[in-house]
Amino acid sequence: MSTVFASREVLTQKMLTEERQYSRGVSVSISDVSIALGGRTVLENFNVEIAAGEFVAIVGRSGCGKSTLLRSIVGLETPQAGSIALGAIAQGKPDVRIMFQDSRLLPWKRVSQNVTLGLERSFIPQATKILYQVGLADRANDWPAILSGGQRQRVALARALVHDPALLLLDEPLGALDALTRIEMQELIESVWWNRGFTAVLVTHDVAEAITLADRVILIEGGRVALDEFIHLPRPRARGNARFASLEDRILGRVLQHRSIETNEPLAEAVNEEADAH
Amino acid sequence: MSEIRRRTITTSSSLQAMVNRALPWVVPVALLVLWQWASSNGMLPSRFLPAPKAVVTTFIELSRSGELWTHVRVSTMRALSGFALGGGLGLLLGLVTGCFHWAETLLDTTLQMIRNIPALALIPLVILWFGIDESAKLFLVALGVFFPVYINTFHGIQSVDRGLLEMGRTYGLSRWALYREVILPGALPSILVGVRFSLGFMWVMLIVAETISARSGIGYMTMNAREFMQTDVMVVGILLYALLGKIADLLSKGLERYWLRWHPAYQAAR
Repeated sequence: MSTVFASREVLTQKMLTEERQYSRGVSVSISDVSIALGGRTVLENFNVEIAAGEFVAIVGRSGCGKSTLLRSIVGLETPQAGSIALGAIAQGKPDVRIMFQDSRLLPWKRVSQNVTLGLERSFIPQATKILYQVGLADRANDWPAILSGGQRQRVALARALVHDPALLLLDEPLGALDALTRIEMQELIESVWWNRGFTAVLVTHDVAEAITLADRVILIEGGRVALDEFIHLPRPRARGNARFASLEDRILGRVLQHRSIETNEPLAEAVNEEADAH
Repeated sequence: MSEIRRRTITTSSSLQAMVNRALPWVVPVALLVLWQWASSNGMLPSRFLPAPKAVVTTFIELSRSGELWTHVRVSTMRALSGFALGGGLGLLLGLVTGCFHWAETLLDTTLQMIRNIPALALIPLVILWFGIDESAKLFLVALGVFFPVYINTFHGIQSVDRGLLEMGRTYGLSRWALYREVILPGALPSILVGVRFSLGFMWVMLIVAETISARSGIGYMTMNAREFMQTDVMVVGILLYALLGKIADLLSKGLERYWLRWHPAYQAAR
């Protein structure tokens, strides 16, 4: 725990004074992607370009296809049409890692073995270092079953980071955590992203979380991009900030708008178009 | 109020622990005492049931002469080889049908049909096929052991967390690594349940097989004693089965405790 907070102060200094390194990340270009699951169209002619090293948050109502988008980037779903391409990186093939809402640790492997899953034994020192960075050095020999939810997610993060990914996909990884643990994890994710320079795509329900972390917030509605907003707030971002609050209001308002279309179509649509025009 | 209660609990806790440990043995010991008393009283004739003391004496005699150990060894070997054959086959087929959909489609219906035949109903056929020698006993034990292992292995693999499989795939685990790191350990709790079930069946089938026809083994010893009305030998044989069954159960429990030490249910004792 102390590592997280100690590094936080250092990070704040870094964020204020230094330029971030973007070199390790990989760009992602998603063009004309259509995905149908079980006969229902989830994404249709979906287009997004993500720059190398960018932190993108994807928000939207449940079932809007934001998780499906992440899953298709990592190859767990196959699009019926369109293409998803990763850019080139300095050397080798870009490594893509995904973190899920549940930690998906193997319960029969100790924490350190979970972190080195699929790797040679020579990665053990590396794993130890990363466990220290996420504040769990002393839990390396524990079974996952005795960890708290937040600790498990930190192990899952360490497991993703040990591969030194060029792209980290985060599928609501903080959704099941309590409010305090969430804030801690957000800080941790922001700090590793800042330090390592990978590209990050975060799917979340929480607009405030999206604004806290992301360079850019994308709203998916009806299988398409409904809003694509760059967040120009300086990091680290304070939630009390007036600009933060007005951004949150605006994006949240836009997310909630969609509900009226579903419930009361003809009238609401007219109202919507009017609202969009403004 | 709670303070007072806590204090009384701590002062009497060692006594409480002793009572708790002794409690399960009260009924068996009482029964034993009653049994011995009824026998020495003449209320329980020895041709109906021998006195506990006579059973102990017979046990000592039989084990001194070495006769007992020969029978125990023969029976144990039969049980273990039948278990290895049937359990191994059940594990193998369970893994294949659990992992490959085509194998499930091909084999599962057939196996479920055979499963519904009581194994003991096959005895007349088994005698016809194998005669009354060792292979008949091996077959019966293997048959009894096969299905619990097969069904629980199959079920265990089917119930492996899909999320973990997905995770393994995104981490680039090869098919074999996925199998070794995720599928097999995930199915292991269920497989071990199957093993414990099958150990019970193993002794049942062995007893039946040895009772029908044998020239050695605990079942033979017991049936032979019946011919001569040696009730003490019969009781020794029956108790031996109980003892061996208990040992087998303890061994499988030990395996569970070791292999599933990651499981929250097995960490309470630590």
